[in-house]
Amino acid sequence: MRDEPSGGGSRKAAATAALAGVAPEPGVAKPDPILVADSVVRRFGGLTAVDVAHLEIQRGAITALIGPNGAGKTTFFNLLTGFDQPDAGSWSFEGVPIQKLPAHRVARRGMVRTFQLTKALSRLTVLENMRLGASRQAGENLFTALIRPLWRGQEISITERADELLSRFKLDAKRGDFAGSLSGGQRKLLEMARALMSEPTMVMLDEPMAGVNPALTQSLLGHVKDLREQGMTVLFVEHDMDMVRDISDWVVVMAQGQIIAEGPPDSVMANSAVIDAYLGGHHDAPLEA
Amino acid sequence: MDIDSILRNGLQAAVGIDAIVFALAAIGLNVHFGYTGLLNFGQAAFVLVGAYGIGIGVLYFGLPLGVSLILGLVASVILALLLGIPTLRLRADYLAIVTIAAAEILRLVARANSFRDVSGGSDGLSGFAGSYNALNPFPVGDYGFGYLTFDERAFFNIVVGWSLVALSVLAVFLWMRSPWGRVLKAIREDEDAVRSLGKNVFSYKMQALVIGGVIGCLAGFVYSLSRSSVQPDNYGTAFTFFAYTVLLLGGAARVFGPVVGAMIFWLVISLTDTLLRQGVTNDIIPSYILDGPQVGQVRFMLVGLALMLLMIFRPQGIFGDKRELMLDAR
Repeated sequence: MRDEPSGGGSRKAAATAALAGVAPEPGVAKPDPILVADSVVRRFGGLTAVDVAHLEIQRGAITALIGPNGAGKTTFFNLLTGFDQPDAGSWSFEGVPIQKLPAHRVARRGMVRTFQLTKALSRLTVLENMRLGASRQAGENLFTALIRPLWRGQEISITERADELLSRFKLDAKRGDFAGSLSGGQRKLLEMARALMSEPTMVMLDEPMAGVNPALTQSLLGHVKDLREQGMTVLFVEHDMDMVRDISDWVVVMAQGQIIAEGPPDSVMANSAVIDAYLGGHHDAPLEA
Repeated sequence: MDIDSILRNGLQAAVGIDAIVFALAAIGLNVHFGYTGLLNFGQAAFVLVGAYGIGIGVLYFGLPLGVSLILGLVASVILALLLGIPTLRLRADYLAIVTIAAAEILRLVARANSFRDVSGGSDGLSGFAGSYNALNPFPVGDYGFGYLTFDERAFFNIVVGWSLVALSVLAVFLWMRSPWGRVLKAIREDEDAVRSLGKNVFSYKMQALVIGGVIGCLAGFVYSLSRSSVQPDNYGTAFTFFAYTVLLLGGAARVFGPVVGAMIFWLVISLTDTLLRQGVTNDIIPSYILDGPQVGQVRFMLVGLALMLLMIFRPQGIFGDKRELMLDAR
């Protein structure tokens, strides 16, 4: 699928059309959900961090998960991807329940995430970071690892794919450098590119724009849109309203662990519950809460 | 000053049994700590299990040498599993606490009076290397050249020991250039990132713990067979810390780091020892500064000083890459 031409915006039109008839209310059913979550609860002591009654994520669309600080967005993300265990609840990915799966099994099913604090593997080169992302490698088995001919061919094809992605993400010049020597924005790019090496069906981005300098923001935005053009589903957590308005097909708003609103970007941003949750009474305050 | 004997002792120490034992123990630690980032502070336990595996197998169970070797290897694998299952899912520091405690427990059990029949108490076991020495293909005589001349027994030990070192180095080299090794190095950097890419981090950490432990067990084989004895107190925490010193000296996460580290470590210990000793006996160092019995302690002080200087001026070790160390490793 990576060979398909990007740009064009054909998938954007399709996603918009598919979501056009969906009512903008919390927990609404989508025409073709890839991820469905029910009654997900996560408590930290007395604090209920996440309490999501029902949520569906539309396949092939870019869905933004927004909300003020402490709304439980990242916790919800961690639960969905297997990095945290819920107190109650279930969710399924492509029709298969995955709430009991450990994080690596979730990733193998095609749901791959990135992190808010970028996890570039500093003392591996950029290329090694990329190669690590590829799944089902014969050479990752303890015994076959010892015999190079058993994995050499696969390594070569993985390297080719890594180089393609690196040039798409404009990191090809950094190929041999340690990932630790990259700038914050380049690390974000590397993390996203590395996640793509596993050929996921759904990409979960935790604050992809945090700490990225403005010059790189546009490029990152383009790459996120590109994921949709290649048929992937994107769910991302974000603070930056302008970015959310620009690229998302659907917006889900969380506050105090619950989903308080859903809908297309423009209608959500006019929703009074959302404005209250974000701004309280002080409407003059900047949006970056 | 007898320069000749200083050099002879130094060079013999650099290729001798101690260097081999610590090279093997540090190669194992390199797999744990250098490549995977597992803070194993109980490497002495794996060496102990190897050494006692042979001793107990031959003397207590009356098994042939080959079976006793397998007993030692199996015991070290079991030890790795026992240590890893409860701790590898937790934060790295827990492994450090559990391994250092387990190593001390094993040593104290081995030297306990209650188990004198099995493990020989604080005297340990001896006289179990008969069938090993019978395998010696070298006829009586001197082997080697120049300063590095050994009798047939010492030469056999050295040949067997360095062969094991070479095999271990080769295995580590093959593993670490493979995608399997790449996963280990990635786990060292950030396990959550590796998990998010669909790798079973727990399983990889366990594999690394077992492999490093088995290589440590080989060190125990060499140690006990070359002396035909095991003494429990050789496997205290100091053993593990020497192994770490050797590893950091040579450079962690470098294939030849532990080998060169071990050679230099024992060369320096031998040089300082013979130099100080000759200084004392020839009255170059007056007795109010240092006397004979104090030399043993002072040489380790000098080794400590050398290690401090190394950490200040060459923190990456001999083979390390300083650029790599300067990266912010979270």
